[in-house]
Amino acid sequence: MNTETMSRTNSQSTFKALDVNKIRADFPILDQQVRGKDLVYLDNAASTQKPNSVIQSIRDYYEQDHANVHRGVHTLSQRATQKFDDARAKIQKYLGAAKPQEIIFTKGCTEAINLVASSWGRANLKAGDLVLLSNLEHHANIVPWQIVTEATGAKIEVIPIDDDGNILMDEYEKLLSERVKFVSVVHISNALGTINPIKEIAAKAHAVGAKVLADGAQATAHLKIDVQDLGVDFYTLSGHKLYGPTGVGALYGKEDLLDKMPPYQSGGDMITTVSFTATTFADLPNKFEPGTPPIAGFIALGAAIDYVNEIGLEAIDAYEADLTDYAVQQLSEIKNFRLVGKPDDRAAIVSFLVGDIHPHDIGTVLDSEGVAIRAGHHCCMPLMERLGVPATARASFAIYNTHQEVDHLVNSLRKLEEIFE
Amino acid sequence: MNEIRELYQEVILDHNRRPRNFGPLPEATSQAEGYNPLCGDKVSVFVSLQGDFIKDIHFTGSGCAISQASASLMTEAVKGKSIAEAKEILESFHQMVTDEKCANCKAEELEVLAGVKEYPIRIKCATLAWHTLASALEKGAHA
Repeated sequence: MNTETMSRTNSQSTFKALDVNKIRADFPILDQQVRGKDLVYLDNAASTQKPNSVIQSIRDYYEQDHANVHRGVHTLSQRATQKFDDARAKIQKYLGAAKPQEIIFTKGCTEAINLVASSWGRANLKAGDLVLLSNLEHHANIVPWQIVTEATGAKIEVIPIDDDGNILMDEYEKLLSERVKFVSVVHISNALGTINPIKEIAAKAHAVGAKVLADGAQATAHLKIDVQDLGVDFYTLSGHKLYGPTGVGALYGKEDLLDKMPPYQSGGDMITTVSFTATTFADLPNKFEPGTPPIAGFIALGAAIDYVNEIGLEAIDAYEADLTDYAVQQLSEIKNFRLVGKPDDRAAIVSFLVGDIHPHDIGTVLDSEGVAIRAGHHCCMPLMERLGVPATARASFAIYNTHQEVDHLVNSLRKLEEIFE
Repeated sequence: MNEIRELYQEVILDHNRRPRNFGPLPEATSQAEGYNPLCGDKVSVFVSLQGDFIKDIHFTGSGCAISQASASLMTEAVKGKSIAEAKEILESFHQMVTDEKCANCKAEELEVLAGVKEYPIRIKCATLAWHTLASALEKGAHA
């Protein structure tokens, strides 16, 4: 690994470079063949694989500690509750939140955004108000806002991007006014890898009194997040994109905002008292967490965070930046290769086309070589339309990917030429 | 590499590059649109029915090589056939790409698409135009 070329990382810091072979040994799924070839898993932006410690934490929990949380006076329930609460504290620290009650457990980023759009939106938006979204957004950060603006009479305005996939900050500033009540923007684009300047976006939104959500689905496995430094009001985290299980994630929200927001869903575990005439809602975070949660899943997400912390996000960022630079450079040598999106600041995602070959055909040819990539519109149809492409092929990297795997991707793509001429 | 060659045979690549019966059909008596939201493949099928016969058939659309080649091959397979015959071909095609065995396969020139079975996620690419044809015929019958 070439640590000279690392971007975004302070060259004076003294982190330990990651040992990719050691890491690969922690991920049992990687050690297999697909269609007779060694698996090369490059679909990490869709979902990451799980290390042994995460898998084992689920097994340990069910073998030793399982009971329902926050209810029983018995030992198992107390043990389960302790581990569950520990997971919340780990996420709190991981995101740099001030208090554990600012972390609301959700199914993932989609539910976290729905919670904010529905709860904050219905309580605060009215006719004439504006919600700003960027042209880079995933459908999960578009559709919930469409539903709430339709219900409240507010309107959505789109922050435009340039042809390389960067948000146009001067256009953003022009859109800002007293009418703008909410700005919801992706931290890292899942389709292009653009890292958005969230801190600057949040500061400008706050200057006109708007609240800000950053969708961290693609960011938390790659960048050190500090929600207080970013200055956002809300931030979302996805467990399965962070080496944890599917079906678990989190919403960070500033305590004073969450306090004033009405419940999103209701039921047991989110109340103080209930009679048939009135209900008093529980304090944070329980107010937003009705029903029995996926307890093992959140404990395993805590284990995933421990795993990432042990390697260190600085080392991860440096390694992945180097690997991504190498991939862009090697891929660009392929005949008729076209990068889709050339963001100024790129995370571990590369979207591309080869000649006029449809991305699904690229995906199938790569699969026959054991290489897993994503092909499609990446749940970003407005972005695809803006860029004038129906779909792209996307390779996305994680801590266990190697330079040899990038070489295998490149060699496999050369086979496209043989087949499609 | 052999399995992938099996899928992307020369006939398929040729139909993808130079689709037959491609373009709108002004004298169409019925038409239908097919869309696969998963991958964005789009196809429109135009049929000109004369009594029980498919006098002419055209298609337009965009998508992967499999979806475009399948649509092109389909137009050749059913053009000039009766509606009943077309439905039989449709049925045997569907069976060919989903079943291991292809006992009822009559349209042998469609066998080039059998390789798609090895890539289950791509079966929908191959069948999109055929489903669209079925709904165009359905609409035509009620016209």
